[in-house]
Amino acid sequence: MQRYLMRRLLTAIPTIFGITVLIFVAMRILPGDPVASIANEGGGGQYVLSKADLAAARVSLGLDKPLPQQYISWIADVAHGNLGHSFWNKEPISAVVLRRGTISLEIALLAVLFSWLVGVPLGILSATRRNSWLDNIVRLFMTMFLAIPSFWIGLSAILVLVLVFTWRPPLTIVQVWQDPVRNMQMVIGPALALGLGLAATLARMTRSSVLESLGEDYVRTARAKGVREMLVISRHVFRNALLPVVTTSGVALGGLIGGAVATETAFGVPGLGTYLVQALSSRDWMVIQNLVLLYAVVFVVINLIVDLSYGWIDPRIRYQ
Amino acid sequence: MAQAPSIPAAGDRAVVAPPNAGRAFFGAMRRFMRSSPLGMAAVVFLVMIVCIAIFARQVAPFDPLKADYLMTRKPPSAHHLLGTDNLGRDVLSRIIYGLRVSLVVSILSVALGTSIGTAWGVTSGYIGGAYDIVSQRLIEVLSSFPTLILALLLSVSLGPGLRTVVIAIGITQIPLGTRITRSVVLATKETAFVEAAQCIGASPARIMLRQVAPQTIAPMLVIASINLGGAIFTEAALSFLGVGVPPPTASLGNMLGGVLAQSFKPPWWLVIFPGTAIALTVLAANLFGDTLRDFLDPKLNKRLG
Repeated sequence: MQRYLMRRLLTAIPTIFGITVLIFVAMRILPGDPVASIANEGGGGQYVLSKADLAAARVSLGLDKPLPQQYISWIADVAHGNLGHSFWNKEPISAVVLRRGTISLEIALLAVLFSWLVGVPLGILSATRRNSWLDNIVRLFMTMFLAIPSFWIGLSAILVLVLVFTWRPPLTIVQVWQDPVRNMQMVIGPALALGLGLAATLARMTRSSVLESLGEDYVRTARAKGVREMLVISRHVFRNALLPVVTTSGVALGGLIGGAVATETAFGVPGLGTYLVQALSSRDWMVIQNLVLLYAVVFVVINLIVDLSYGWIDPRIRYQ
Repeated sequence: MAQAPSIPAAGDRAVVAPPNAGRAFFGAMRRFMRSSPLGMAAVVFLVMIVCIAIFARQVAPFDPLKADYLMTRKPPSAHHLLGTDNLGRDVLSRIIYGLRVSLVVSILSVALGTSIGTAWGVTSGYIGGAYDIVSQRLIEVLSSFPTLILALLLSVSLGPGLRTVVIAIGITQIPLGTRITRSVVLATKETAFVEAAQCIGASPARIMLRQVAPQTIAPMLVIASINLGGAIFTEAALSFLGVGVPPPTASLGNMLGGVLAQSFKPPWWLVIFPGTAIALTVLAANLFGDTLRDFLDPKLNKRLG
């Protein structure tokens, strides 16, 4: 297990290196120059910077240095936990990440929890009662929620809340340790909207995976020796069916991370996603660069954890 | 690969293909219809949506860009069936034209992503060696980004515009295509007919084009159809966030952008109708993809999982 862990950790290093290079290239080389793009497009054209201001901004951001040097100093900064600051209000990005990150993390964790609690049991039920009315309903819901964007669920939910209950969730950051109720009002909507899509993905995977295991010889053997059906499902079928479900949930979490950006925006929740979207529209490139890096690294770590848990569930993987 | 003979290839195929290709096509259609009525319904629906998009000019009752400041934010009525937006533009017409934009963007991006993915997967799987290792690492990097985050990054860096959206979404689709193609190629490489081609001295480029690439057609069709739904999804999210299709051009996503922002009593028709259009289109694309997968390559289920 330790060797497997080491090997898997080592393969993550070149990946993260590649990610940083790709982000750096996308941010510096393709658009010409970050400062020029701020001057042209930032803040909807409200901020007009003079030539001297631009030059000063370049020097203060280190953009007058050669590209390799810029890259190295960026990586060095990030490695020291220094994410730089916003171009417009000079707020340190790491402070914003800490403040808003908790909200996004809560949303993501709740969504994952919901999707596992709802998606996996539904998938098993639907597979074990194949072609029953229950199966048909579950499949209908799966197909529906795979097609409905979670940010639209968000918009519709807000719409109903505002029109019918004339109430909308709080728009300012309330941490869970400050006021749990108001915090929950803020995160539960996005979490459910995201969780529904993820639950549909998981239910679909679980269903096909359980159906596949049900046809295996060991299931027939277990039944033949008189094991109760409940035990056959929980011990023999489920454990084996879990493997592909765990792997896909890693991929699906990528969709969740991306979807969270749009969903947070739809709900107006002050999480990291809305921060990224604001940065995109004001061309706050330091924020964009470091947030995209953060999202990518989080995704790499999630996939790492998924892979490790896969090795933990299935001993065969470890010894390959 | 450039000197690979494409014209003789077409000639060869004419000899190999059955004389009544038309009947074979309808036979396949009939089998498809019988094997999956739901899939057929999805195909019919998809064709209908595509027709609406193509004939947008004939179908749409109004000009989607024409603002009418006397008619802003009117709820659905006999005149404006789905109401009007903040600038008094007809929502139904905007949805119809938006459908066209969304479909064009997603079909082009799927074509881009799938063809690059196939070419990359075929070469990487067949040539192998250092090229394969480097390719695998690059694919790994690309797929280490959450789809929407990568699309956001690319569309910011390439600047606003339709072409940007197509390229950004297309690139996010490369990894899956490359992986699947490569796995098919690795299996094909060991078959007797590839070995036979190698023995008679066919160049690697010719073998890749004539022996290996045709084996990837069925899985790639499936991948493309699965990606289509995803592409519509991503386009909608990008445009919703304001970095996709730039206004005033209507797309299904950017119609939803900011609708709840500056209003005390939000106009429900501006939320419900465009969103329903997205969901129905994605639904049809997904169902079509699933059916095509079951029909062409049941084994692929496992490989995708």
